[in-house]
Amino acid sequence: MNHLLIAPVVLPAVVAPFMVMVLRHHLPLERVFSVASTVLLCALALSLASQAYDGTVQVYELGDWPAPFGIVLVLDRLSALMITLTTLLALAVVLYAIGSGWDARGRHFHPLFQFQLMGILGAFLTGDAFNLFVFFEVLLIASYGLMIHGGGTVRLQAGVQYVVYNLLGSTLFLFALGTLYSVTGTLNMADLAMRAAEIPAGDTALLRVGALLLLLVFAIKAAVLPLHFWLPASYANAPLPVAALFAIMTKVGAYAILRMYTLVFGPGAEATAGLAGDWLLPAAMLTLAAGAIGVLGGREIGRLVAFGAIASMGTLLIAISLFTPQAAAAALYYTVHSTLATAVLFLVADQVMERRGGALTATAPMAQSGLISALFFGGAIAMAGMPPLSGFVGKLLVLDAARDAELSSWIWAVILTGSLVTIVGFARAGSEVFWKCHDASLAAEPEEAEAEAEDQPEVTAPAAVPALPFVAIFGLLAGLVLLTVFAGPMMAYAEATAQQLFNPSAYLDTVLGRSE
Amino acid sequence: MELLLASAVGLMTACGVYLILRRRTFPVILGLSLVTYAVNVFLFATGRLAVGAPPVLNKYAEAAYTDPLPQALVLTAIVISFGMTAVVVMIALGAYLSSRSDEINMTETAPEAGEDA
Repeated sequence: MNHLLIAPVVLPAVVAPFMVMVLRHHLPLERVFSVASTVLLCALALSLASQAYDGTVQVYELGDWPAPFGIVLVLDRLSALMITLTTLLALAVVLYAIGSGWDARGRHFHPLFQFQLMGILGAFLTGDAFNLFVFFEVLLIASYGLMIHGGGTVRLQAGVQYVVYNLLGSTLFLFALGTLYSVTGTLNMADLAMRAAEIPAGDTALLRVGALLLLLVFAIKAAVLPLHFWLPASYANAPLPVAALFAIMTKVGAYAILRMYTLVFGPGAEATAGLAGDWLLPAAMLTLAAGAIGVLGGREIGRLVAFGAIASMGTLLIAISLFTPQAAAAALYYTVHSTLATAVLFLVADQVMERRGGALTATAPMAQSGLISALFFGGAIAMAGMPPLSGFVGKLLVLDAARDAELSSWIWAVILTGSLVTIVGFARAGSEVFWKCHDASLAAEPEEAEAEAEDQPEVTAPAAVPALPFVAIFGLLAGLVLLTVFAGPMMAYAEATAQQLFNPSAYLDTVLGRSE
Repeated sequence: MELLLASAVGLMTACGVYLILRRRTFPVILGLSLVTYAVNVFLFATGRLAVGAPPVLNKYAEAAYTDPLPQALVLTAIVISFGMTAVVVMIALGAYLSSRSDEINMTETAPEAGEDA
């Protein structure tokens, strides 16, 4: 048994309490430990990814209990990809939070951050449905703390909504798991897959209820349209670096859909065939449309980016809901792209918020306007799917995968129109924030504003601009560029992952300990 | 017994959902706790109902036993929902104390409305 498999869960689980109990009054030391732990997690994730690269499935049995009885962690290509993405994103976010001073605006940022990582990495690694619920709770309870980090009335009110919504989601998750357990008598995902296939055709009503309830839960996490209401308010009012980390949380929902509905309720399973796709596809198209309209109508930069995140989840879920290997490969490529692009935009939005507030109205020019507008431009064209960056490649792959689908004309229309509307929305926001400040009438109109604008450079200029936030943003942008340049190898990996997902026999054999 | 248990789960869920749809945080939190009670009882029932049977196998006698796994699941669920309820109470209290209003709605002018009240 390879003990490296559990290290991504154990490491933050040890570092976080250590920081709370020993280092709580030493912010510099907390920062050192947090960065060190995140770097170590990156190294661990990369080494696990290199082990999973050739397609072997590894299983870690906790307490050495064999599979259907104990909890297992499973490493295959999909989980390796997701944990690598998570840790790289986390490294950029933690550097940004330190550089921008966000972690000093309230207590316990770094311990909560590590607990959040523990939950996310655990959710990607686990091979047990109830354990997935537990890791969801770990990541949620840490996210409640991070979401209200720094305090403030509006943030707390948004926090209440976020917590209530997610608590309801968790309760629904338990109902779904209970239903599945009462039908199959197991909660291990591999064992569930075997048992679900054995249920006689006449007795599958409850199984289908459980499967759809589970889809509903994951749709809440992934912010699919009728269930997306929690996302804009909470992401826009959370500290924006935290929102950048939350970019991976919606992907946890997408990951869970992809995992459960290829492994347990796969396309081969008679009772539940097509069940998820039929519901998910229209919802995903509506999600994309709502996100694009939200981008167009946003009046505040945080909300604008949050709706951009919803739109990209829509595109991602359209690809997932087709449930073909080609579409799943496109979805995986788009997952990586969308996580990085969302994070870049949230971090840029934070830079804008810090300098001039988030309202999308013309104000006096801000410091480093040129640099920030260039970064915003880069993030926006990636998010909207314009040619040079990976968003274009990703959307092209999704469109190509949807060519043979039943509703292909609808899918093409929604994705292309959505992209156009998103481009217009971001262009409007960018010109309001970065161009109109140079309007002569604006400077001349109110006397006070002019005086203020002239005062401001004198106050803010002496403070040196911290470089670390920009290092983090450029790092994420570099990730997007690399994703574009190495789209070929990345797609090869994604296609291999999709093949593994749609032929789960290796997964089942390894987890259930059946000899080859 | 099945009827009693099923109607208890249904009634608690219905009351919980009604309370969750209210406008103020206090009934919403009460509703959330009711729903979590309902789900705990529901989980307990997924191992089938048995009266007076121990949740352990007895290898010395042919005794009836009941499925122990749902009981372990319920324990986990109780601990998690207890912790979550505590968190939501604290956050709601914080929001109430800083805005002087425990409405769960957010409006664009929430801080001003709070000052008026």
